[in-house]
Amino acid sequence: MCVALPGKVIELQGADAVVDFNGNQVKARAGLVDVQVGDYVLVHAGCILQKVSTEEAENLNALMDEVGAWS
Amino acid sequence: MELEAVKAYLKAYDGPELSIMEVCGSHTAAIAENGIPGLLSPKLSLVSGPGCPVCVTPSAYIDRLTALALEEGVTVVTFGDLLRVPGSSRSLGMAQGEGARVEMVYSPMDVIALAKKEPGRQFVFAAVGFETTTPVYALLVQALTEEGVENVRLLTALKTMPPVIDYLCANGAPVQGFLAPGHVCAVTGSKIFAGLAESYRVPFGVSGFGAEEILIALYGLVKMCESGRAEVRNFYPSVVTEDGNLKAKALVEKYFTETDAAWRGIGRIERSGLVLREEYSRYDAGSLGLDEDQKKNQACCCDRVLMGRMRAQECPLFKTVCSPMNPQGACMVSTEGACFSYYMRGA
Repeated sequence: MCVALPGKVIELQGADAVVDFNGNQVKARAGLVDVQVGDYVLVHAGCILQKVSTEEAENLNALMDEVGAWS
Repeated sequence: MELEAVKAYLKAYDGPELSIMEVCGSHTAAIAENGIPGLLSPKLSLVSGPGCPVCVTPSAYIDRLTALALEEGVTVVTFGDLLRVPGSSRSLGMAQGEGARVEMVYSPMDVIALAKKEPGRQFVFAAVGFETTTPVYALLVQALTEEGVENVRLLTALKTMPPVIDYLCANGAPVQGFLAPGHVCAVTGSKIFAGLAESYRVPFGVSGFGAEEILIALYGLVKMCESGRAEVRNFYPSVVTEDGNLKAKALVEKYFTETDAAWRGIGRIERSGLVLREEYSRYDAGSLGLDEDQKKNQACCCDRVLMGRMRAQECPLFKTVCSPMNPQGACMVSTEGACFSYYMRGA
């Protein structure tokens, strides 16, 4: 039920956004978060739930280094 | 740290036995699909929790939904998962055979087009879900008010995670850590579990839904257990922040308010649900007081499975009289239920 998929916003159409999932383009409602063309987003039940940050991989690496040092 | 090192660590772990609960039904399904238990040391076990919304919806809700669908001029609109959940005497799918009109949709927003096409009919959306899905229902109500659509109502069974985890911990759930639901946290923010981590001295690892993401969060949880850290750590930073989606939270706050809620097999938990606020009650299809919960089969152990006290395959009905074709309890119906997941994996 809480499944949500990441895709890329390729067009804004009023209250909706066209989101591309690996070539499959789907219309999703855009009212829960402000989005722009080019944003990566998470879509749940036909609505954009949150933006996906592409810069957070580094933070995760840093967190993993910290966790690895715990004993 | 490389994934191979994470996997090697989880496989070779030889510390105290640890049980980790994946609260979210989507995690249960992902864990089963990816064969995660087979990648873990025998000293690490995963137990499913009460985070499959269809599984925790009490029979009175299904009965009310079925009664509405059988009313003249009413169509119930739902996600497909809900069709086969047993009510006290029948499921929504069985009522279809008696003439009930039920439509399945991909998004709650789809109900608007249905309602506009048939303005003379009443449409009732079966609004079940946790914090992830509630903002979508808030968007729906917003659209209904803005577009002046008056023939759509919601029958809500909306639940929130922290109160049920609090309930489990207060009742001695046999778990040492929680794999926290990543998409709930995308909305609420990871800090929503901070109070519980501190009160019960138990770690939470926020996780995504890919195999790699789950393994990384499990590794983090085991390390937290080993080093005595009762904290919330976010292993899904691409989507989850500490504060979550403020716009979505504000929208939920605008349309919904806290209420006590009944959980299938568990009972009533204080302030563990949401209902439409008084000023939007015209969009409610009678959601309050749907607490009664009858088992279809008295031997069904869904309640114990949902609370992490029993594994799906330990239920006496599992694979004997209970199967996805003939489910006796909700956990065998939903594709995210623990019983369904373990059945399909061949447990």
